[in-house]
This record gives sequence, structure tokens and C-alpha cells, in this order.
Amino acid sequence: MSLNQLTIHELRDKLRRGECSAREAMQATLDRIRAVDGKLHAFNHLDEADALKQADAIDKSGAAKNGKSLAGVPIAIKDVINVEGQPCRCSSKILEGYISTYDATVIKKLKAEGAIVFGRANMDEFAMGSSTENSAFGATKNPWDLTRIPGGSSGGSAAAVSADECIAALGSDTGGSIRQPAALCSNVGFKPTYGRVSRFGLVAFASSLDQIGSFTKDVEDAALMLRAISGHDAMDSSSVNRPVPDYTKALSKGMRGKRLGLPKEYFIEGMDKEVEATVRAAVDKLASLGAEIVEISLPHSEYAVAVYYIIATAEASANLARFDGMRYGLRVAGEDVIDTYGKTRGAGFGAEVKRRIILGTYALSSGYYDAYYLRAQKVRTLMKQDFDEAFKKCDAILTPTSPTAAFKFGEKTEDPLQMYLSDVFTIPCNLAGICGVSIPCGFTKQPKLPIGLQILGPTFGEEIVLQVAHAYEQATAWHEEKPKF
Amino acid sequence: MAKSQEQFDVKYVAHLARLELSEDEQKKLAGQLARILEHVEQLKKLDVTDVPPTAHAVPMSNVLRKDEARPSGDNAKYLKNAPKEARGLFIMPKIVE
Repeated sequence: MSLNQLTIHELRDKLRRGECSAREAMQATLDRIRAVDGKLHAFNHLDEADALKQADAIDKSGAAKNGKSLAGVPIAIKDVINVEGQPCRCSSKILEGYISTYDATVIKKLKAEGAIVFGRANMDEFAMGSSTENSAFGATKNPWDLTRIPGGSSGGSAAAVSADECIAALGSDTGGSIRQPAALCSNVGFKPTYGRVSRFGLVAFASSLDQIGSFTKDVEDAALMLRAISGHDAMDSSSVNRPVPDYTKALSKGMRGKRLGLPKEYFIEGMDKEVEATVRAAVDKLASLGAEIVEISLPHSEYAVAVYYIIATAEASANLARFDGMRYGLRVAGEDVIDTYGKTRGAGFGAEVKRRIILGTYALSSGYYDAYYLRAQKVRTLMKQDFDEAFKKCDAILTPTSPTAAFKFGEKTEDPLQMYLSDVFTIPCNLAGICGVSIPCGFTKQPKLPIGLQILGPTFGEEIVLQVAHAYEQATAWHEEKPKF
Repeated sequence: MAKSQEQFDVKYVAHLARLELSEDEQKKLAGQLARILEHVEQLKKLDVTDVPPTAHAVPMSNVLRKDEARPSGDNAKYLKNAPKEARGLFIMPKIVE
């Protein structure tokens, strides 16, 4: 096995024992990228010299032997998170030429643990999409089937982890943008509770929904990443002042005494039969490990997509106002300042971004605010109450992550609403602010495409989510499978 | 008071958003957004009397820091990304006559 194929904990152990150097691990990673990224396009940008420089510094400092938890581990970064000195494009034309002037807090934290932070992973433009087809730089391919999408918006991060083009990756999740690509690419995608991880340095899409999280090859790695990136940050006033537990202690605790809820609204008529069968088999597996399965109800589930596409687009319309051609990025000169804004944004934003800005602006505009935005916020309260009630009856909730496995390029681009509906299982988690993970639980038969199991936990319930995920993973072998392409 | 039955005035909303759209884009968007708003209409089915809105899923308020001046960073670094800059300033089209 070459070094790029290892997990964080495997590589960390090798580095600690002096069996390899950080440079060798980084070089193996870069070699892999050179070999396959022409086909996959997981990366928008790669600064090889800088990555190797970081690796050499780790080797020189002996950080791997000094107990730094991520020392020497190459971690790819979604192109929406600022890394000083690197481009930050959010897969958009409007940030042409933009070089980050600071490190996001999560980047500072990863570097403090000795990680090698490298690469700009492809994504849907400004994190708006479920397929990575909305990237201004071209789509990323699913390593399990190059004619299919990897999911989105963090498609590049997911594909890179599955294809061993990195040991782990960071992504962001506003309506499922970590969990859904993790399901479609067969890796572990973790979205922390809102406020658990600082958003300082994350280019904002929807400020009340966004969270940074990880893509890893197994659940132990997810615990390691979560421990490293979590914590209160004075620079993010939505980050919560709460101690960070050692998430690795949540592993290997089994399922005895745990109640797992199955929301009846998530197993509906017309669901993809293979996805349903595979997820139900995963539920049975967890039952066999000692968990009690209880039926629960999340009665307002059917309104999730409607609520999300009002709230998220409204917040996005405000957050994307800053891209105006004045202080950074593309500027297309017009007759006056208003005309310059209009031309710059018209030329710089892709179709999906424009669609969402228009929808969000409309939802907030005078005469419509009460009917749309305010009403959506009230329904959001009802959805949060659904989860509060459900978590009285169970410790964690199990659902399919995505209604289907990876679809083909172009299959859902004609009708935006069809694309939006594919987020139906992941969106409620962001609206309620709770935590969730997607883990591999099987494959479709022909072609062989990954299927993900979603595990949702209450706010700051990351430990229970990790416990359930780890118990299932260790009793199965899905996480050991790798794509051949 | 929703007016989703009326033609969605894309041009007006685009102006609010400072977004220049071609005729083609306007037409296409009008159709797509009408369909999306049709889906959103189902929110009207729900009784939300006395339901408080959630702006923030993990409620916090008045997160303040001490009112102490501190350095805000290196302006030269920030100006490097400017489309047009001179003498430590972002140069942009005139806003006020």
C-alpha cells in the first residue's frame, strides 16, 4: 500500500515510528494526483512546492514524534476556505486573481496540529449545488463511475479522498454539501453542530446554516479531524463557547442500550429500491449489534426543501453582495458604479448563483418578506421542534443520506427543482442546527455505486453520532473498498 | 401577501440585486423561479400562528467583545487583490456627484 492510500491514524502511526517521512507521504500524494487528476478534476489548483515545503518543515521539527495529532498528514481544502497565500476562488469567475490574505481559523488549527494543508478542491460555485456541475472550472468526476457526478457542493473534496489524492479533506455543508458527496463517493462526511466549528475564513453562503466539516476514509479519522477543528473562536460570534471533548473516546463503545430512530417520513413511496434495501440492511446490522430501533416521526419533513430554498437563498443574496468588483476579483467596467456592479456580477456569477440571488432577493423584498422569509423561519421552528421531540425517544436518527446513488452528468440540470429535491434528507439537519454524518453502507449492483447511511445526532451530540458510526463501520467492510478507474 | 400568480418581475429583482441579466436569462429565470415558488407555496398550508421565527438554530445573543482598539491588519496585503488601487486606496467609479 502506498502512503497516500493510508488513513490519518495509519499514517500518523508510521510517521511516529519513523517508518516514513512527511515528505515521502506528501510526495506519494502528489504523484497520485499527477497520475489521476487529469481524469477526475478534483483540484482547481495545486501548489506542489508549498506542500513539500510544509512537509519538510514537519520532518525537520520532529512534530510527528512530539504528539501533534495530525503531523505530516496531507489534507485537501475545499476552494471556499481561506488559506493565506493560496487562491480562494469558490469555483467562481468573480474571484479571479484573488489570493487569500489570511488563514481561516480551521486552517490555523490544522496547522497547529502539524497537518499539511494543500490544494484547492473543486466545488459547486459558492457552494450552491448538489453535483459540482456548477463549477466555473468544469465538473469533478465520481471515481466510482467517471460518467457520474461526485455529488456537491464539496464534490472535489469527496472525490479526492475516495481516490486517495489526499488523506483527508475539509468541506462545508449548508444543506448537505459534505454528507451527500460523502455518500455518493463512499467516504465519511461529518457535519458538526452549528457553532461547533468556527466559520471565520469560510466564504459565507448562508450564515445560519453553514458549517465546516471533514471528509475522511474512516470514522476514527473523522473523530481526529473533529477534535482538531472544533472550538470557540472570538472571530466568529456564532461559534459556541463549549469545551471540545476528546472525540476519539466516543469510539469502540458498541450499541448496547442505544435507541436509534427511523423517521417514517424518510422511507417513502417511490424511493430508489436499492437505496432503501441497503439502508434497511444497515439498520438491521445496527440492531444485531444491540441497538433498539424505534419508529419516530418528523412530521414537517416534506417542507424542508421549500423552507431551505427561501432561507438559504435569502441569506446568500446578502452574503454575495460583497462581490461587486470593487475590492477584489473581477471588475467589468460600466457607465457608472451601479452599471459596474451589474456588469461585473452578470459576467462573474454562474447561472445557479444568479438564480439563487434573484430568488433570495425576492423573498426579502418589500411586500414579500412576511409571506416568504418570515413564514419560512416559522416553519424552521416547527422542524426544529420535530427533532427536539424525536430525540426524546431516541439517541440518534438513521436515514438514507441521498434518495438515489450518483446520477449521470446533465441528468438534473434542466430542472433546478429536481436538483433541489435531491437534498431532501440532508437539509433538515442544517435547518435544525444539529450534527450528522454520512458513512458508507453498501453499493448499487450495476453499475457499482456507493450508498450512504446518514446518522443524525442532537445539538452537540457528536459523540453519539461517532459512537453509532464507528460501531457500524467496524462490523462491516464497506470503508475498505476503493474505486477502480 | 404573495403575488406569485403574477408574472415574476425578474428585471426589477435583478436591479435590486445589482445583477445584469440578458433577455434570454431573464426569460429562463422567470420560468424556473415560477416553478420553484409554486413548490414554496405549500408553506402556506401550515398554521404558524404563535410560532416564533428561528433566525439562529443555536440561540445566542449579545456576543460582544471588549471595546478595545487593536490593529486591523496590513492594508498593503489587502490592496494586492484590488482591481484598481493607488496611494493606499481602492479606486472605484464615483458614487456621489
